[in-house]
Amino acid sequence: MDNFSTRLLRLSQENPSKTILNVLQTGQDDIQLTYRDLVQGAGKYTAALVHQNIEPGEVVILILQQSVDLFLSYFGTILNGSVPSIMPFLTEKLLPEKYRKDLVSLIEITRPSAIITYKEFAGELEVIRQENSFIKTVLYVEDIRDLPEEQSIEYRGLQCKEENVVLLQHSSGTTGLQKGVALSHQAVFNQLDIYTQKLQINAQDVIVSWLPLYHDMGLIACFIMPVLYNIPLVIMSPFDWVRAPYRLFQAITGYKGTLCWLPNFAYNFCAQKIRPSDLEGVDLSSLRAVTNCSEPMRFASHQLFLDRFKPYGLRDTAIATCYAMAENVFAVTQDGIEKPVTYDEIDLEILQKDKLAQKASAGERSVIMVSAGKPLENTSVRIVDEQGNELPERHLGEIVLQSNCMLTGYYHREDATQKAMLAGWFKTGDLGYLADGELYISGRKKDLIIVGGKNVYPQDIESVVNEIEGVHPGRNVAFGVFNEERGTEEVIVIAELEPGYEDQSQPISGRIRQQVTQSTAVALRQVYLVNGFWLIKTSSGKIARAANKEKYLAELAQTK
Amino acid sequence: MKSKEELISELGQKISAEILKQPEVEIGADEALISSGLIDSFSLVDLALIVEHLYGVRIEDYELNAETFDTLDQLAGMVIERGA
Repeated sequence: MDNFSTRLLRLSQENPSKTILNVLQTGQDDIQLTYRDLVQGAGKYTAALVHQNIEPGEVVILILQQSVDLFLSYFGTILNGSVPSIMPFLTEKLLPEKYRKDLVSLIEITRPSAIITYKEFAGELEVIRQENSFIKTVLYVEDIRDLPEEQSIEYRGLQCKEENVVLLQHSSGTTGLQKGVALSHQAVFNQLDIYTQKLQINAQDVIVSWLPLYHDMGLIACFIMPVLYNIPLVIMSPFDWVRAPYRLFQAITGYKGTLCWLPNFAYNFCAQKIRPSDLEGVDLSSLRAVTNCSEPMRFASHQLFLDRFKPYGLRDTAIATCYAMAENVFAVTQDGIEKPVTYDEIDLEILQKDKLAQKASAGERSVIMVSAGKPLENTSVRIVDEQGNELPERHLGEIVLQSNCMLTGYYHREDATQKAMLAGWFKTGDLGYLADGELYISGRKKDLIIVGGKNVYPQDIESVVNEIEGVHPGRNVAFGVFNEERGTEEVIVIAELEPGYEDQSQPISGRIRQQVTQSTAVALRQVYLVNGFWLIKTSSGKIARAANKEKYLAELAQTK
Repeated sequence: MKSKEELISELGQKISAEILKQPEVEIGADEALISSGLIDSFSLVDLALIVEHLYGVRIEDYELNAETFDTLDQLAGMVIERGA
């Protein structure tokens, strides 16, 4: 069986001058990389790692913008048999101190041997390196980019065994960075062998993406899969896309893109925020699947997107859906390939009251659920109750799964790995139901907020709020509320004021917003300041997020 | 032609109402908009569209960052420079 390195080198030998990566740049021409360019460029990083005695199996952290440097260093690390892990790049909003804290929490658990980054971080990283003796070296892309091509590199990645860990995937934020999903070569190939079949990949396919590589959808579907399965990729930086979403459509037009993955909010975002003048000449008729994935999917978002882009050639059948998670490498299900997505209109009251997804009868309050599709052939999905008993179709419960592409474990976190498993099944923490063998996701059991496709852990926000003067320590809560207009969740913070601070709501709320944004890069939708004893606690004394969210929504409904 | 003060006040009100969705919020002329996270990255495009709609001035995608402008004062300055 192949590993990543044998596959990449073979593809490069068979198709040396085939362009595999097209990298869009702001204000400059696109950069085209052939397989030969990719391997040669990556080889410089491999050589640099060898020179610094970075061994196979050791972790290398990459702190780089979404750019050619990141793509080359990623595969350079792989070709050395080392294990790449991408740290989200510092955004301009984040406070450097907070970013450093996140980085340290990643490093302490992951214990990398090397870090690859830009010279502008040299000062900080040298300090971190001195404090953590397991970091053997910090490499700077400026020193590696222009090195002459290495003639004889020993690619120790070729010797990796299929069960070896090949990469780590982290979510952002302190909590996410402490839980790195470790995946083996075998798991990734098991996933992608099946997923490429499910997608009916063919020689005309071109993937177009703006998704960040520190997220499974960006990393697996829109980077690893194209490179290792010989599907040309057109890629831009999320930083550029959010400022110029039309460029995705221009790229689809120019490169005749066929496949694209987007989180739900992006359907709304693109439909609402692109000037007609920026869509002149755009032709989306080449698209055969735009897959909605990684946050709650909405029928209304699909309609908005279709209404706006059908005049540009977008086909109805191009809308597709997927339920995915890093712990299963990527996809658990997929729907909408060369067929319309299934929708299920169910009775809202029965869903909430009886946890049953019953077809809506005329006149009842209903909700249109979006099918995520059938499980991939190598993945079994079950819906279970609180006790772990399997539930029949159309009963709402927790989604658990089993496959031959599961994570090896959370890296250096045996405790978290064990906690996530139930008798050989992985507990997703998501709620949903099965109907006609298709999976519908209805909510979440775990404490996680997904904002614009990005995972946000409420505890990271709460710990920031806790430090703010005037807020009663330990008495605040963060949760997500879905905003239909934006097509994504937004974060609400409720905090109890300390006695004596009741008249300072305005400045305290301002400080909370600012601190949260600078510490977590999340913008709060609302800061709701309340007096003492508003918040509901559980019997064990913890703030009950779900109960407080309900109470907040009830108060909101009353004031409307 | 509008004065800088008028532009600052008009832009501030628009941002509060349409981006922050909190019309009661008053934004100071020198208050950081982007670097502070007051305007999140998903709303930068809205800001460009507001300026274009009000004054017919286009802010390019690559200018939507705190280095180009970060306050109402700087934004109003840009609008005046470009002939609003």
